[in-house]
Amino acid sequence: MNTLALLLIFVVATFAGFKIINQVPNLLHTPLMSGMNALSGVTILGSLAATAAAVRLGSQVLGFLAIVLAAINLIGGFVVTDRMLRMFRAR
Amino acid sequence: MNFSGYEIFSLSLSIVILIGIKLMSSPKTAMQGNRLGAIAMLAAIVLVLVYNEIISLPILWIAMVLGGIIGYVLAVKVAMIQMPQMVSLLNGLGGGASALVALVLIFDGNAQTGFFSQFSSQLALAVGGVTFSGSLIAAAKLDRRLHQQPITFKGHSFFTLTCLVILVLLIIVGAIVVNFESITTITLIILLLSLAYGILFAIRVGGADMPITISLLNSYSGLAAAICGWAIAEPLLVSVGAIVGASGIILTQIMCKAMNRPLSDVLNGSTLTAVSNNGQDKVQTEKSLQQPEVEEQEMDPVCLLKNSKKVIVVPGYGMALAQAQHQVKRLADILESEDKDVSFAIHPVAGRMPGHMNVLLAEVDIPYEKLKEMDEVNPEFIETDVAIVIGACDVVNPAAISAEGTPIYGMPILRVDEAKNVIVCNLDTKPGYSGVENPLYQQPNVLLLLGNATETIEQLADGLESSRS
Repeated sequence: MNTLALLLIFVVATFAGFKIINQVPNLLHTPLMSGMNALSGVTILGSLAATAAAVRLGSQVLGFLAIVLAAINLIGGFVVTDRMLRMFRAR
Repeated sequence: MNFSGYEIFSLSLSIVILIGIKLMSSPKTAMQGNRLGAIAMLAAIVLVLVYNEIISLPILWIAMVLGGIIGYVLAVKVAMIQMPQMVSLLNGLGGGASALVALVLIFDGNAQTGFFSQFSSQLALAVGGVTFSGSLIAAAKLDRRLHQQPITFKGHSFFTLTCLVILVLLIIVGAIVVNFESITTITLIILLLSLAYGILFAIRVGGADMPITISLLNSYSGLAAAICGWAIAEPLLVSVGAIVGASGIILTQIMCKAMNRPLSDVLNGSTLTAVSNNGQDKVQTEKSLQQPEVEEQEMDPVCLLKNSKKVIVVPGYGMALAQAQHQVKRLADILESEDKDVSFAIHPVAGRMPGHMNVLLAEVDIPYEKLKEMDEVNPEFIETDVAIVIGACDVVNPAAISAEGTPIYGMPILRVDEAKNVIVCNLDTKPGYSGVENPLYQQPNVLLLLGNATETIEQLADGLESSRS
């Protein structure tokens, strides 16, 4: 994918994010934040691709570590958000 | 532009994730929204594994399973009260992962070559590094392993700025240089400087500014992922990273507005601690517990509550510290059983992370319809018989409206001062984080029940129950 397309995706996603996230009420800001936090574990996609392509042992170790950290972020984030949201209930 | 099947797939997954976030704007659908996001991420992982034909590599699976188990255990074990530090910690790990990916890309040369890709790798390393060390410091502060007060040293601003300037220069140089050895050196310096910058910037943020800091770090972790996506030309990484970045910025803005503080002040550590009395942060060790009867006013809190129709509870970080939410729930239940209208007024920055109070109250089964936002609840105080302040100071300090020139002047507050009667269940009458004295305490219709909120609320609840029978 070329540079221009990548920058374009970045801009469009930022605007779409702004528009949608602005509608989330204060009530749900903690779960929103931890949900977003889980999504920042998306970097696992990069870790997987980069680690698989790595040739040197050192890079493979770093890549392995990156996947572990990203997976903690991803799974931990989603589970903790789910736990919080389960508590929000109506009367 | 021609889109390949892979790119179309990636973009559809981004849209699914956006729909998930959209669902998070209502408590009724928020849980589905989060799960939708999780499923989309799972699909994205499978997509990347299949597309790159790496699905059969055991090392990837071992790493994912290992991380998944650790993450799951952490998430299941953590107590709700520890949520701010948990979010901060996870955030740091995400940033750290992005930094590591950047390192792999730089050292293993499997990034796309060229200025843009090299530049992105170095930038991702720097942003990821800052996120990692900054979040860990923030988590340590929230977990009280580090001092809550801003920690500064001589020349702090100078060092921070120098650090930043050198980082920017090195990132640009690192993008141009092609010699492997020079790149290695530059990369290592960028790594060290970014870690140092994260520490320098997070260490001097005070406790009550944490909601702003963790929102900002949240944004950084998204940015780091997005920039990583530039480096390896992965559209999904770019889009989801950008969405997270946007979310963090929005929360940062909301928090800054609710505290009436420009972001630059928070980042510069020019905290409000003109007077270093941190009333809100004093742990409940000193038991200056005054019995309600000892109060000089003849107002009896139990009578006051008995004769009330409309009660608004205003919780603050003190409630979280004293772990008084269970007692608060008990008190609210008793009042409701006597047909009183009970609701909760939540200030956007009450607590240590955005929405902190809502989570604590939801944990003790208080329905979310009762949790009201500042703008909604403020007009109601005038017709409120009793407002009960629990461990909150700055967010109810009328000085924010009247005392021009004080650090909190202009900060939007909950208008507790307009209620007919106020019961304050704070630990002491020391000023809150801002260091500004609270004139509310001197108002004639205000009853102070000082001491650990867990005990004072318990006494109130006991009093109400015994007066009933």
